[in-house]
Amino acid sequence: MKSFVCKLFLLAVLALLPSLAQAGDLITSKSFGEPNEIILTFAAPTSAAIATDINNYTVYEEPDPDIRLTIDTITLSADGKTAHLIFSEPLNTTETHVVAVMTHDKVSPFIFQVAKSYWGYLFSILISALLINNFVFTKYLGLCVFFGTSKRKDTAKGMGFTFTIVMVVSAIMSWFFYQYVMKPFHLNFLQIVVFIGLVSLTVQAVDTVLRKVNPALFQSFGVYLVLVIANCVIIAVPLILADNEYNFLETLMLSLGAGSGFLLALYLMSSVRERMEFAQIPKTFEGIPIAFIVAGQFALAFLGFSGLKIF
Amino acid sequence: MANDKSNMQLVANGILNENPIFRLVLSMCPAVGISTTVMNGIMLGLAVLFVQVFSSVTISLFKNKIHPRIRIPSYTLTIATWVTVIDLVMAAYMPGPYSQMGVFIKLIVAFAIITMRLEMFACKESVNASFWDGVGMGLGFMAGMMAIGLVRELLGLGTILGFEVLGGVRPLLFFVLPCAGFFVVGLMMAFFNYIEIRYRKLKQVAS
Repeated sequence: MKSFVCKLFLLAVLALLPSLAQAGDLITSKSFGEPNEIILTFAAPTSAAIATDINNYTVYEEPDPDIRLTIDTITLSADGKTAHLIFSEPLNTTETHVVAVMTHDKVSPFIFQVAKSYWGYLFSILISALLINNFVFTKYLGLCVFFGTSKRKDTAKGMGFTFTIVMVVSAIMSWFFYQYVMKPFHLNFLQIVVFIGLVSLTVQAVDTVLRKVNPALFQSFGVYLVLVIANCVIIAVPLILADNEYNFLETLMLSLGAGSGFLLALYLMSSVRERMEFAQIPKTFEGIPIAFIVAGQFALAFLGFSGLKIF
Repeated sequence: MANDKSNMQLVANGILNENPIFRLVLSMCPAVGISTTVMNGIMLGLAVLFVQVFSSVTISLFKNKIHPRIRIPSYTLTIATWVTVIDLVMAAYMPGPYSQMGVFIKLIVAFAIITMRLEMFACKESVNASFWDGVGMGLGFMAGMMAIGLVRELLGLGTILGFEVLGGVRPLLFFVLPCAGFFVVGLMMAFFNYIEIRYRKLKQVAS
């Protein structure tokens, strides 16, 4: 059973890998450098006259072939193998760029794509939802549940895990529904009704399955399930993925990041609030007000992640 | 269960005694997230008022037809329908404010305050009482959002509804930063608590 799952996973990975053989034999490596730079490495030394001629290159973003990006200068390294294409404007490195190089015969251009590593991009969605755009501290969603269930560490952990599960399952379902039912039939205006229905359905399903499969777990998590429905985090994820037209893997990463971000926020908050019970708090600040002040400090700290850039 | 409060009492109850933001501590997300200006507060408040009133009336009309076991899903669907209506209307007629609200208009569907009022009030009371309760809750929410927006806009931008009022004094940018929402709401709650404690003490002394 285990080996079967492994094989299945490997197959999936192989099928999803972006095609590797693109650049053929002329170019050995290509990558983004500075914000406005593409670095190309040729297989053999090329003549400076051809390699540094701006007119020999055509560069555009894959979705918009009509908009050609203007190259300022091209510098060739001393051994004639590495060329630096400097553009007049910073590149949008999340898009795949297509580069066409005119070869010696001046007839057929040699075309290849420059893109960031797809796995790096997926990972950056996860990290972004987890830290940089943490749903609680930088997007201010799910605050009712956040303040309600962050009094004890155990509760916080239970709530966070339940959330992550429900979020991933409901996001995947919403994605399928959005891509294969709502978009083909032009039912976009039903987004809110459909997504809230799917979320409630997921919650109900998780409730039933958990009750049968693992009663012990249900005993500890079941109470939070009802709270999950009336929560904006959980409905925000499908809305965001519909707005951004995410594909399946991106959806998975976003929901996973959002869920674990919520878990992280709850855990951090509960560890502070457990300590606060022994602190002497002014009478006017007792309870919710002091929790808000603490959350504000966390939000300030999470602002520090905003400059974080991965890949 | 009969309701013995007059309509105006119901409205006042929503604004003061059971203010959704400061008393019931529900629907905190928009109170922190987009309360940077008074205008935002008014717009979101209007949207919530609309959804609350219409959902309350709808549920109150059909309260005898809804089976108790499916009441929560039917509340959710009712709210979702009215949110879709206000979402499309605002997107069509007020594109500017709508884009500022971001995803929060759609998220009204998950606001705990609306579901709670349907569960606590509209499913037991008459249509008339539900309507006025909805108005009170909506206005209370709007008042709370406007109060937070007023503090943040005044201190952060030096303006009220876009008009310059501080007269050249440089405002503190911190208050329009998103994270200041937590501090402002926390401090305002503490302030109201303080008033309440003082008021009780005065009452005790008097009696």
